[in-house]
Amino acid sequence: MLERRIKVNVERQNFELQEGIYTQSYEVPVMDGMMVLDALNYIRDEIDSTLAFRWSCRMGICGSCGMTVDEQPRLTCQDNLNEYSDEISVAPLNNFPVIRDLVVDIDDFMQKKLPSVSPWLIRKEEAPLDEGEYLQSPAEMAKYADNSACINCMLCYSACPVYDMEPNFVGPAAMALAQRYNLDSRDQGSGARYSVLSGPDALWDCTFVGECSVACPKGVNPAEAIQRAKVEAAQRWAKSIIMPWSQK
Amino acid sequence: MTTLQHDLVIIGGGLAGLRAAIEAARTAEKAGKSLDIAIVSKVYPVRSHSVSAEGGAAAVLRDYDTFDLHAMDTIRGADFLADQDAVEILVNSAPSEIIQMEHWGCPWNRDEDGHVSVRAFGGMSVKRTVFASDKTGFHMLHTLFQTSLKYTTITRYDEWFVTSIIADDKEVHGIVGLDISTGSFHAIKAKAVMLAAGGGGRVFAFTTNGSICTGDGMALAYRAGAPLKDMEFVQFHPTGLPNTGILITEAARGEGGYLINAKGERFLEKYIPNKMEMGPRDIISRAIITELEQGLGYGESKDGFVHLDLRHLGEKHLKSRLPFILELTRTYMGIDPVIEPIPVRPVLHYMMGGVHTDNDGRTPLKGLYSAGENACVTINGANRLGSNSLTECLVFGARAGSAAAGYIFETAGSDKDLSTFAERDETKIRTRFLTERNRGEKVSVIRKELQATMEEGAGVFRTAKGLNGSIEKLAELRERAQRLQIKDSTRTYNLELVGALELDFMLDVADTIVQSAHNRQESRGAHVRRDFPERDDEKWLIHQQANMTPKGLKIKKSPVTITKWQPEERKY
Ligand SMILES: Cc1cc2nc3c(=O)[nH]c(=O)nc-3n(C[C@H](O)[C@H](O)[C@H](O)COP(=O)(O)OP(=O)(O)OC[C@H]3O[C@@H](n4cnc5c(N)ncnc54)[C@H](O)[C@@H]3O)c2cc1C
Ligand code: SF4
Ligand code: FES
Repeated sequence: MLERRIKVNVERQNFELQEGIYTQSYEVPVMDGMMVLDALNYIRDEIDSTLAFRWSCRMGICGSCGMTVDEQPRLTCQDNLNEYSDEISVAPLNNFPVIRDLVVDIDDFMQKKLPSVSPWLIRKEEAPLDEGEYLQSPAEMAKYADNSACINCMLCYSACPVYDMEPNFVGPAAMALAQRYNLDSRDQGSGARYSVLSGPDALWDCTFVGECSVACPKGVNPAEAIQRAKVEAAQRWAKSIIMPWSQK
Repeated sequence: MTTLQHDLVIIGGGLAGLRAAIEAARTAEKAGKSLDIAIVSKVYPVRSHSVSAEGGAAAVLRDYDTFDLHAMDTIRGADFLADQDAVEILVNSAPSEIIQMEHWGCPWNRDEDGHVSVRAFGGMSVKRTVFASDKTGFHMLHTLFQTSLKYTTITRYDEWFVTSIIADDKEVHGIVGLDISTGSFHAIKAKAVMLAAGGGGRVFAFTTNGSICTGDGMALAYRAGAPLKDMEFVQFHPTGLPNTGILITEAARGEGGYLINAKGERFLEKYIPNKMEMGPRDIISRAIITELEQGLGYGESKDGFVHLDLRHLGEKHLKSRLPFILELTRTYMGIDPVIEPIPVRPVLHYMMGGVHTDNDGRTPLKGLYSAGENACVTINGANRLGSNSLTECLVFGARAGSAAAGYIFETAGSDKDLSTFAERDETKIRTRFLTERNRGEKVSVIRKELQATMEEGAGVFRTAKGLNGSIEKLAELRERAQRLQIKDSTRTYNLELVGALELDFMLDVADTIVQSAHNRQESRGAHVRRDFPERDDEKWLIHQQANMTPKGLKIKKSPVTITKWQPEERKY
């Protein structure tokens, strides 16, 4: 198997050490098929055990390993080194506070933004379990399938210019997940969600740059979800003026 | 330092932990009582390894199926070591748990008529595995996580690493956790503690498990005085990708895939002709290893492989039923299953053993509960059937959650002062790992040797000699691990320290596996001794419970519960 050596330039910081932000370079032997994450694990196991970064599943599904590789937000466990030159840069995701090295603070999403859009199925009344499942056709499922594929990896937030300027912006993944439930034929709670989405720091702050959808490694397309939600929100708003009794 | 306090502390935010938390909250709601619940997890709950489950969850949902049939399949799969009362609870409660998940929004695949679809799985005699594409665990985990957000009585401690359970010989009082991002230690007082910390596949080198699966919950219980049961039974999944160990779901065979050796034969014909690719995992994994040993596979037997052929299923079917498999093989192997077979080999996947519990998740230690892969109820016995584990997390997670809530309503709670415990753990850990540094070896060196010796001694085929070798090696590693070299002495997000703590847990877990395996002089399910090739019901139709004592590991035996299915030869 072909082996080459690459230089990995890692952006590092640990505020306890008061060294500021600096770049540390490591030489890593690379076998065919190795991912950026494999190179980082090589560094941590063989060269420098102090390097901090998150990972777990190494199969592109747990959403832990997002970083900025050669200036782009990437899911490093599925980011093949074959696609890079012999020198790469790895930095933490943009637009988030850095805790240390490649680890960023995403509590704001996990504890606030995501819960704010009520990402759960809302029913006026829960049917008893012994009546069986709520029926849903494959075609109805297909309507929200893409939006339900979000792994919360935060690459879209890292790519989003609005989030960069406005940290309160609810942001692409949370809005895509709100739409995941709004588009679900079983759900009866879109009214509550639309009132959040139409409020401040949400739908209307999105300038439709579309960077989020480019960055998404799971085909979620938050930009489209937001566009569709805008149309729906506008229609609801118009309806509420013409026919105030029609709100669900 | 201030002591935090909750009624119930759940360690782990995977499927079992989240299901337990929600059920505890609902139990309190229904009873009109208040219950303050905490989930403490070393990763954000959605990163838990439940996320990687692909194939599906089993439940009797069709007219052609019966509870007895699901139970019988499970018990036979378990080589009669499952506790049959627990299995009956599993199969009876499975359908309502699956519907409950549906009501919470889980996107189970649907038939054209709008009902939830089912697919075939190994060892299940009819189609009864429900699924959400081939990302079942991912969808279940996010559904439960998102649903948990609506319960204001659930507080989360994300990225907190639990270092110990505080207990005396009477009962549990709480836990100590390390807040990874700040490096500070805290005690959390609780009336009940639940371990839902998952499995420990990373004690082996070649595994489908993620880096976080280090068996912490098992070691935490063991150290607190609760026994670990059936630890010798670890499952090798027949189809992992070479090098990475990434899983190719059994659903690939359920959908009709073939296993083929280097001579182009569907070799299972020789081993399990009536079931072929739909046989249970232990038997198929042994068949593959046997083929490799006989030179009928590709590559060297040690890291050789056979082929999983999906080509005849057609691109359309693969795209609709196994899209994640297409993505994984393309990304990690550069292979397109539509036109090429997939190289696969057996890979460590699951631990049947765990903390001994009753059918409501109670451990022998008062106030300590456990559920999910962490626990051993046991519905899995000597070999788990695929798609029973996700169901187990739901059924027994919910039962443990409601049992813990009930216990808390009846408990005043201890007045024990926990203020010194955080400091105790911190001092112990900092003294051991962070003073006199640079004397010993790196965490990664010991970890790799541990994983290698487990592959050597405790693999698909075992012998007394091999197991003895591993027992000795582990003792040596434990000695060497007393002097680890930890370069990083800072507090903020010190993953080198976390890695050392995980290694320390792994050493305990590995030890219980090899010692229990060495003790069990028979072959049953996933535990196959070349020196004792037969199943021996007379002597070994029993569980082994490993206890930590001042004199080291001591094994206690306990009976298997038989309700209506008498042990018989395991034939397929
Ligand atoms: C690749 C793969 C595919 C699978 N596919 C299937 C399938 O199709 N069907 C099926 O039935 N089963 C399947 N399984 C098995 C099943 O997924 C697992 O057994 C199950 O998901 C385990 O869930 P859990 O909640 O017990 O643990 P996990 O999901 O592993 O969660 C453990 C939790 O504990 C926390 N934790 C651990 N240690 C600590 C600590 N020290 N401090 C704080 N928190 C801690 C973690 O952060 C995590 O939140 C599969 C397993 C794998 C690996
Ligand atoms: S929408 Fe895509 S990029 Fe954004 S968090 Fe979800 S999976 Fe990641
Ligand atoms: S490590 Fe899980 S997504 Fe990369």
